[in-house]
Amino acid sequence: MVNNSNNGITLNREIKSEKEFSLKKFFFQWEWLLFLIFIAIHIINSQLSPYYLNTYTLLDATMTFLDKAFIALSMTFVIIFGDIDISVGSTIALASVIMAVLYNAGLPMPLAILVCLLVGVIAGFINGILIVKFKELSAVIVTLSTMILYRGIAYIILENQASGGFPMWFNFLGWGYIKTIIPFILVAFIIAAVIFYVLLHKTTFGRKVYAIGNNDVASLFSGVKVDKIKIIVFTLNGLMAAIAALFLTSKMGSTRPNIASGYELDVIAMVVLGGVSTSGGKGRMIGVLLSIFIIGFLRYGLGLVNVPDQVILIVIGILLIFSVMLSNLKLFSNKS
Amino acid sequence: MSEKSSKNKISLERIQQIREFSLIGFIIVLSIFVQFRNSNFLTMSNIDDLLTNTAILSILAVGMMMVIITRGIDLSIGATLALSGMVTSMTVSNYPSLHPLVALLIGIFIGLISGAIIGLLVAKFNILPIIATLGMMNVFRGITFLISGGKWVSAYQMSDSFKAISTGSILGINNLILIAIIIYLVFYYFINYTRTGRKIYAVGSSPESAKISGINVDRITWLVYSIMGGLAGLSGVLWVSKFASAQSNTASGYEMNVIAACVIGGVSIAGGEGKVTGLISGVLLYGILENALPMINVSPFWQNAIQGAVILIAVLVSALIKRRIGSSNKIRRED
Repeated sequence: MVNNSNNGITLNREIKSEKEFSLKKFFFQWEWLLFLIFIAIHIINSQLSPYYLNTYTLLDATMTFLDKAFIALSMTFVIIFGDIDISVGSTIALASVIMAVLYNAGLPMPLAILVCLLVGVIAGFINGILIVKFKELSAVIVTLSTMILYRGIAYIILENQASGGFPMWFNFLGWGYIKTIIPFILVAFIIAAVIFYVLLHKTTFGRKVYAIGNNDVASLFSGVKVDKIKIIVFTLNGLMAAIAALFLTSKMGSTRPNIASGYELDVIAMVVLGGVSTSGGKGRMIGVLLSIFIIGFLRYGLGLVNVPDQVILIVIGILLIFSVMLSNLKLFSNKS
Repeated sequence: MSEKSSKNKISLERIQQIREFSLIGFIIVLSIFVQFRNSNFLTMSNIDDLLTNTAILSILAVGMMMVIITRGIDLSIGATLALSGMVTSMTVSNYPSLHPLVALLIGIFIGLISGAIIGLLVAKFNILPIIATLGMMNVFRGITFLISGGKWVSAYQMSDSFKAISTGSILGINNLILIAIIIYLVFYYFINYTRTGRKIYAVGSSPESAKISGINVDRITWLVYSIMGGLAGLSGVLWVSKFASAQSNTASGYEMNVIAACVIGGVSIAGGEGKVTGLISGVLLYGILENALPMINVSPFWQNAIQGAVILIAVLVSALIKRRIGSSNKIRRED
C-alpha cells in the first residue's frame, strides 16, 4: 500500500515536471532552428537580389515550389511510420499522362481530372497493399519497383511525346490568382496543410500513426489496425501525388512521361529537413511546413541570381545530410 | 535431433538451390524463345555484345550486393560513376600521353573517396543509407556539373589508348568481360573465404549479435561502402572509355538497374543473404532482357515497364520462397 502510493506520487511528479515549462527545452526544438534558417535565407536572398523582398515576388515565388509540397504533407505520415515512398515522382507522371491522353481522346476535363486523382489513389493503394502483405520487404524496395513500373506504364502510353492543349480554365490551377495577388496554389496548399495538421495532431488517426512509428508490434497488440492505417496512408500519398500532378501539369501546360523525375528526392528532403526522423515515430507538421518554405525560397532566391540548378542540388543534398546529422544528436528533443 | 536438423538443413539449402535453378531455367527458356523469334540471338558476336554490355552492370552489382547484405542501399553510384568518369576523361584530354592504367587508378581513387564519405556518414553518423546516398547523389552530380562546366568530353578529346581500355581485347575476349571476370573471382574469394568477407554476412544477419561477437560493425559498414565506391569509380572509367563520351548526366538512374539485378539475383533487401553465384544469374537475366527485347521488336518504350514488372515479381517470389524457408526454420527450432 505504502509503496503503491509512493509510486503514485513519483509518477505524478514526473508528469508534472514534464508539463512544467522549461525554457531550455522550449528553445532547443528543431522548429526554432528551422525558423532561424528561414529568416537567414530571406536575409541572404534580399542581400543577393534587390528584387527579392517585396510582397509580389514572395507570393509569386510560392508558385514555383508548392506543387511538390502537397506530397510532403502526406509523405510526413509515411516517414513517421519509418517507411519511405520513392514512387511519388512516377505516380505524378502516370496520373498526369493518363489525364492528358484521356482528355485528348475526348473525355471532358473534369472527368479527366477525376481519373487523374483515381490513378493516384490506385497507385498508392497498390504500394500500400504490397507493403502490408509482404512485411519482409521494405517499403524502399516495393516503391522502388513500382517507381520503375509506373513510369514505365507512362512511357508505354505516351512514348516519347508530349500531350497538352488543356482548356483555359485548367491553367488557373497553376497560374491563377485570388484577389489578383494571392496565387491560387498557395490558398489550396494552406487548406491542405491545415487538414493534414489536424489529421496528424488532433485526431486519433494521427496518434495511431505515431504509435505505429514508435512500435508497430506494440500498437498491433493494443488494438491498432496497423495494416489498415498503413494502406490508408500510402493511398493518401498516392492521392496527394495526383493532386501535385494536377498543379504541375497545369503549370507546365503539357505533360511528358519524364515529368517530375527526381521529385521523390525533393519531397523526402523537405520532410526530413523538417525534423521527421527516418527511423520513425518523430516529427511535427510545423517543422515540415517550415522546411517546405525554406527549400522553396532557397531555390527561388539562388535561381534569381542565376545559380545553376546543379549547385542548388549540392546545397540541398548537404542540407539534407546535415539536418539528419543534427537531428541524430540528442540535443534536440523532437517529440510530438 | 541432430539428424533431424541436418535433414532440415538440406531441405533449406535445397529451397535456395531451387530458386537458383529456376532462375537459370528461366534464362534458358527465355533464350530459346528469343532464338526462335530472332536467329541472330545466340550467335557468338551477339553473345559477345551481350556480355560486354552487361560487364559494367555486373561489376557494380558485386559492390551493391555487399552493401545490401549489410542491410544498406546505395543510390549514389550513378553519380559516383559520372564523377569519376568525368574527372578521368578530363585528365586524359589534358594529358593525352597518360597511361591507361593510371587513368583507371585515378577513377578508382575518386570512387573510393566518394564511397568512404558515404560509409562515414552511414557508419559513424548513423544516417540511414537511403538518405545519406540520396543526399550525396545530389552532391556528386552537382560537383560533376561544376568541374565540367556543363560541357561534354567527347571522343576526339580522348586518347586512343584510353578508349582501348574498353574496346580492346585480349585473346579475342573483350577487356570489359575480362575485367568483370577478374572482379568476380577476386570477390568470390573475398566474400566466401576471408574473415572480413564472412563478417559482412554476420553484420547483415544481425548487427547486434555481430557487435557482441566482437565484430567492428562500423568498420565493416564503412568498408562495404568504400568498396562500392571504388567499383563505381572503376566503372566510371570503363563507361566513359566504352561510350567515348563523358557528360554530367552519365548513368543517371543506373543505380536502379544495379539494385534490380541484385534483387533478381536473390540478394535479400532485409540483409544477410546473397551469393555471388546467384548474382551472376541475376545479372545475366537482366543483360539478356536488355539485349533481347529490342531484338524481338519490343518497343523501347515497353522496356521500362517490363523491367519494373520483372523486378516486382522477382522480389515477391523470393519473399514467398523465404517464407517457406522461414517456416521450415521454425520447425527446426521447435525440435
